Amino acid sequence: MSRELTYADAIRDGFAVAMERDPRVLLMGLGVPDPKGFFGTTVGLQQQFGTERVMDMPCAENGMTGVVLGAALNGLRPVINHQRLDFALLAMDPVCTQAAKWNYMFGGATKMPVVFRMILGRGWGQGPQHSQCLHSWFAHIPGLKVVMPTTPYDAKGLLIASIEDDNPVVFIEHRWLHHIKGEVPEGHYTVPIGPARLARAGTDVTIVAFSYMVLEALEAAQRLDSLGVSAEVIDARGLRPLDREAIAASVQKTGRLVVADTGWGTAGMSAEVIAVASETSFRSLKSAPRRVCFPECPTPTGPSLAAEFYPRSGHIVAAVRETLDWAPEPSDWLMPAGIELDKPNPAFTGPF
Amino acid sequence: MIDLAPSSTSSETELSHRLLESMVRIRMIEEAIAERYSAQQMRCPVHLSIGQEAASAGVCAALRHTDQAMSGHRSHAHYLAKGGNLRAMIAELYGRETGCCKGRGGSMHLVDVDAGFVGAVPIVGSTIPIATGLAFADRLLRRDRVTVAFLGEAATEEGVFHESANFASLHQLPIVYVCENNLYSVYSPLEVRQPAHREVFEVAAGHGIRSRQIDGNDPLAVYHLMKESVAYARSGEGPVFLELKTYRWREHCGPGFDNHIGYRTEAEYQAWRERDAVASTERRLRDAGAYDEERIDRHREHVEGEIIEAFAAAQRAPFPAGSTLMNHVYSEGSHP
Ligand SMILES: Cc1ncc(C[n+]2csc(CCOP(=O)(O)OP(=O)(O)O)c2C)c(N)n1
Ligand SMILES: [Mg+2]
Repeated sequence: MSRELTYADAIRDGFAVAMERDPRVLLMGLGVPDPKGFFGTTVGLQQQFGTERVMDMPCAENGMTGVVLGAALNGLRPVINHQRLDFALLAMDPVCTQAAKWNYMFGGATKMPVVFRMILGRGWGQGPQHSQCLHSWFAHIPGLKVVMPTTPYDAKGLLIASIEDDNPVVFIEHRWLHHIKGEVPEGHYTVPIGPARLARAGTDVTIVAFSYMVLEALEAAQRLDSLGVSAEVIDARGLRPLDREAIAASVQKTGRLVVADTGWGTAGMSAEVIAVASETSFRSLKSAPRRVCFPECPTPTGPSLAAEFYPRSGHIVAAVRETLDWAPEPSDWLMPAGIELDKPNPAFTGPF
Repeated sequence: MIDLAPSSTSSETELSHRLLESMVRIRMIEEAIAERYSAQQMRCPVHLSIGQEAASAGVCAALRHTDQAMSGHRSHAHYLAKGGNLRAMIAELYGRETGCCKGRGGSMHLVDVDAGFVGAVPIVGSTIPIATGLAFADRLLRRDRVTVAFLGEAATEEGVFHESANFASLHQLPIVYVCENNLYSVYSPLEVRQPAHREVFEVAAGHGIRSRQIDGNDPLAVYHLMKESVAYARSGEGPVFLELKTYRWREHCGPGFDNHIGYRTEAEYQAWRERDAVASTERRLRDAGAYDEERIDRHREHVEGEIIEAFAAAQRAPFPAGSTLMNHVYSEGSHP
């Protein structure tokens, strides 16, 4: 049975299913049992599974991340939750230097089945320290798996797959996806870590997008339709492993590539996708690939600068024009009327 | 800084009035922010200090203008008590070019270098080592200056607190860690974060730091303890840690009240409302027959004027132009 759920409810459902099936699954994180339920993604779980399996923790990201690694070594399957990716940065040693290495370094003698869950903030004053999109950092590290689901279906399926995986998985959600609705089956299912998702088939240009930017890419594809351009949109979904075959197959079909990432371009996932296209499909490319990323400055807080900062569907359309060698069209960059670019959804009134 | 001979009653009375004025000003400004927040023009999270004003007032009154301070997400009161510019703070909340961060920071990032408020950031604990570094530089450069690191009790759970405290103790740095223990970190009570059989200030004592715990809602007591602590740190004897027990009245973040959502009880909240530092300071002065009501009324009127002016100026001010987006990513300076 399938029903329509929000992304946040899909995550909650994924937790409930995984915890029901496996008593070793444990949720930890600042505010996990709080009344607002971690953006609604953990509501009721402590009541359902008890205080030993759904736990708040001291404000100590570094230490607690190390603690869950030990718990994983000794038989639990912890998920450590961070309300912002920025807070998880305090735990770079346990994530990158410990969890990512142990399986290899000890010749397979130990296992680290841990999920590091992180949320990308955006808007309403989140600014330089509450909205850093540094997902690419984690994708750089052998030994970690990194996923960024876009749809409610994938959110639940990839969450369960991440929890069931015997490796450390970094699971990243964009705050602006939490209210998005979609079909989500009841009960247990998984979405494999690795394969990309074809979000929309097309023939003229490939748009590879990450997380929230998939929504902007789909909007761009619609506008491109009206210009007579058929865009294929690939939801990368997995960052490590990255689905090189899907990227190559699409680029070989369309001959053009635009990458839309919710993050900075330099040394980021967008660069990686273009590298994959160059390495696998160089001769198919009819024009230079383009990318749509953050400007190379920290995220500003004020609404006027934030609106200037975040790329939108129009930026993707403009990038596609470039790959087609078309003249730039200033209206691509027009701010859409009636949309407040610092709100995750129209119902939002603050404070965070 | 308020420098009066603490022994005489008349100076105690004057001190109480000044602390009261400082607290009243902070509360009125915070309430003005709360009242206007729903208009959705201050598009940033706001962490108000209503209920905790005595800490900032008492602590900063014991500092010199040249002393320095740093803070975290709940920093309005610290910034204001240290002498931070009100207009620049309100403009920053409105995201305007005239804000203290030129519209790049918002409520959680305040700075006024001229007032010795060197910066506040919303990553819990992050300014603790940085403030320790301010004191470290002052020690190496033989400056006569004390640094205050404002922190919440949850910040003592972060590793950097311990690493900083160890270093400050090792080098006897001129720093006072002022920890406002308001019992909560967002919705998480102290019980789920720290052992019940150990007080927060005892942790710092374990690092060999002079540590004290005090009623953070008693501005006079905070002032006198801080005065002594600053003198101790300034004289080179080493760092001090102060735990000020207090309580925030409103929600962790935002303008409203949230006792109904269930993470704390109405009874607990009411008990702390009874311990309102503004009301109790007034009462104490009144009981001693020393309350200058007219003075405080005049002060309120003055602050009301300041507030109206600061909000009006903020709303008139331009937003930073889109063309300035890339400004300030790097400093232009170099030292060949
Ligand atoms: C490293 C880090 N972890 C988590 C958060 C989320 N957070 C913001 S404020 C806050 C509460 C901190 O509590 P405390 O230090 O006691 O200060 P209070 O809010 O009570 O003044 C938390 C956990 C954060 N900003 N930074
Ligand atoms: Mg607190």
